[in-house]
Amino acid sequence: MAEDRSPEPAADVCVVGAGPAGAIVAARLAEAGHDVVVLDAGPRFDLDDRTAQLDAHLRPGGEASGTPRGGGDAAGSLWGMGGPRDAYTSSGSKEYPLNAARVKGIGGSTLHWQGMVMRLHERDFELQSRHGVGVDWPIDYADLRPYYAEAERELGVAGAADNPFAPPREEPHPLPAFPPSHSDSIFAEACEALELPMHSVPNARNSEPYDDASACVGYGTCKPVCPSGAKYTAERHVARAEAAGARVIDRAPVQLLDHDASGERIEAAVYATPDGEEHRQAARAVVLACGGVENVRLLLLSASDAHPDGLANSSGLVGRYFVDHCFAGVGGRVDRPTRQNHVGFNTSECHALYDGEDPLQGVKLEFLNYAGPSPVIEALNADDWGDSLLDTLRESYGTHLAVGALVEQFPREENRITLDPSTTDDHGNPVPDVRWSVGPETRQAIERVNEVQRAILAELDAEVDWVVGPDETGPAFHHMGTTRMGTDPAESVVAPDCRAHDCDNLWIAGSSVFPTGGAMNPTLTIAALSCRLATRLDRWL
Amino acid sequence: MNLSRRDALAALAAAGVVGVAGATVLGDEGSADAAVPADTLATLVAVAEAVFPSEATGIEPFVETYVAGRVADDPAHREGVNAAAADLDATAHDWRDASLVDLDRSARDQLLRDLSVDVADPDPDGNLAAQVRFYLVNELLYAFYASPTGGRLVGIENPVGYPGGTESYQRASMEDEDG
Repeated sequence: MAEDRSPEPAADVCVVGAGPAGAIVAARLAEAGHDVVVLDAGPRFDLDDRTAQLDAHLRPGGEASGTPRGGGDAAGSLWGMGGPRDAYTSSGSKEYPLNAARVKGIGGSTLHWQGMVMRLHERDFELQSRHGVGVDWPIDYADLRPYYAEAERELGVAGAADNPFAPPREEPHPLPAFPPSHSDSIFAEACEALELPMHSVPNARNSEPYDDASACVGYGTCKPVCPSGAKYTAERHVARAEAAGARVIDRAPVQLLDHDASGERIEAAVYATPDGEEHRQAARAVVLACGGVENVRLLLLSASDAHPDGLANSSGLVGRYFVDHCFAGVGGRVDRPTRQNHVGFNTSECHALYDGEDPLQGVKLEFLNYAGPSPVIEALNADDWGDSLLDTLRESYGTHLAVGALVEQFPREENRITLDPSTTDDHGNPVPDVRWSVGPETRQAIERVNEVQRAILAELDAEVDWVVGPDETGPAFHHMGTTRMGTDPAESVVAPDCRAHDCDNLWIAGSSVFPTGGAMNPTLTIAALSCRLATRLDRWL
Repeated sequence: MNLSRRDALAALAAAGVVGVAGATVLGDEGSADAAVPADTLATLVAVAEAVFPSEATGIEPFVETYVAGRVADDPAHREGVNAAAADLDATAHDWRDASLVDLDRSARDQLLRDLSVDVADPDPDGNLAAQVRFYLVNELLYAFYASPTGGRLVGIENPVGYPGGTESYQRASMEDEDG
């Protein structure tokens, strides 16, 4: 029997997008007794397929055979990304591999994410006031602090209060941190000499069983797939929403948001279904939660006489100030075992450079637990076997180390998401065009970070064999800034409560509302804002 | 370095074959499912002896357990393995006038290289070399290096794909196999 994808007759809330931003809102509102419908463009992925996906990932042609980071759009294929549905263009000075950077489907990009979840620092909310760059957020750390604690419980964060640079917190993480790795202990010698204190990484990954999910069992393939369920995915919140009565419709890409005659209220989300039909999901409120690129596209596709430049776009800023985090890294080999590639996540990082002025951009150093090749992947791609293959594997495995970093980009108006009318998707809609560049000030910051990373490896007498610097840098796949939050409707798209300035009943969830992006992985802040949004929308309803 | 049935089960888990710890795939005594013909198994063991390191022992039960599990619920894969094994053996007859299992280890190695299996991209729909690489050689290398015993030969007892827990990454060296 075909799945029923017809609209719900009387919905309080229609959530567009079943990633973490939308799923948390949906779960909380459904549990508060509201009638919630969630629409997602992608499919529902079967949990029973995760080990087969792991297998596909490791074999030649899978993601693992690509480059260590980025990997181009082939990296999105494990979750069905690519093809006419996901067409896009990239017209900036830096190529943007959009389909490696996102997943459409129930769970969204948490299906393939790595799961690092740290709070923004206080300075991130006050960049303009403190340093005269970017823009201040209309809320500060204190406003978000209780929601960060809620978000850590929602995601089951494993962490410790051992980070001397972190903003103040009121309670322990819900789960104990993963202990440091052997390679962390090697780095600790160098970092102590360089006065770069190391501390634990907060992980959205179970160090103990939590929320009916297993503890991590060490498959080592967190990104792009966790077969054990220990890594948080937004499927957990979708399940909670459904248990509370929410309706979740997959393979239902929203084509536009339709408003009333005044243009001030959204009446319905118009969505397509696989049978070629279109439906209207009416709701009292709409929560847009499909990521920093598709949020923009949907607003622009919803242009009307009342909103000629796109919905909620009287400021002209929908799509502008697109920022990501830039990766910087140095890797090499030392003369002792480093024990890499046992797990696919990191256990130590360093925020010592984050709040300083050299560089002014926020910088988060990461000590990788997966530097260098994995023997099984190398074996499958080798043109040899037998004893000589074993010799090759022994030579290439065992002594690699790498220090990565995320480096902040300050928002620039010219980095933006627009529609490309010359290319259309499988429903005839213009595709998103990503215009992304890395400016001179970010390049300088990356160079400075490389100096620090080289110094760490030099302390260990490592032989450096790769550097990702300003020319090689790529995005960390964190899409931020394109529907920025602010108090002035001329300077922002959503108000501080995440409601669109131009529409009474349109709310936007996710990192597109971040006015600036800092250098912390954004998902904990996405989750905190969704907890906050759900509280406010509950009251509004 | 003795491969065990446990290694084969670990490799099966990594290959996405679920339920292998139960009796769905293996008989109560752990014997291989009869769905894999004896001549296919013999060819696979012969290939494994060529592509595994020479210090590997216990190859036959390891391969039997792994391959039986791998094909049990996947008829298309089973058909591919059977066909590739038969075609490879036929090639051995054509080129060497002997069955693959009757060639010594170095002759099997040379036959595979003469077929260009070493440089072929694995492809279930490709030419014979691509199919042998996909269904036989890579299947066996995957089973071997995603297992703790195979990983240990390289220096990692918890290889990627194997759910070996969250202790090993913290240790400075490999624990003893029984530890």
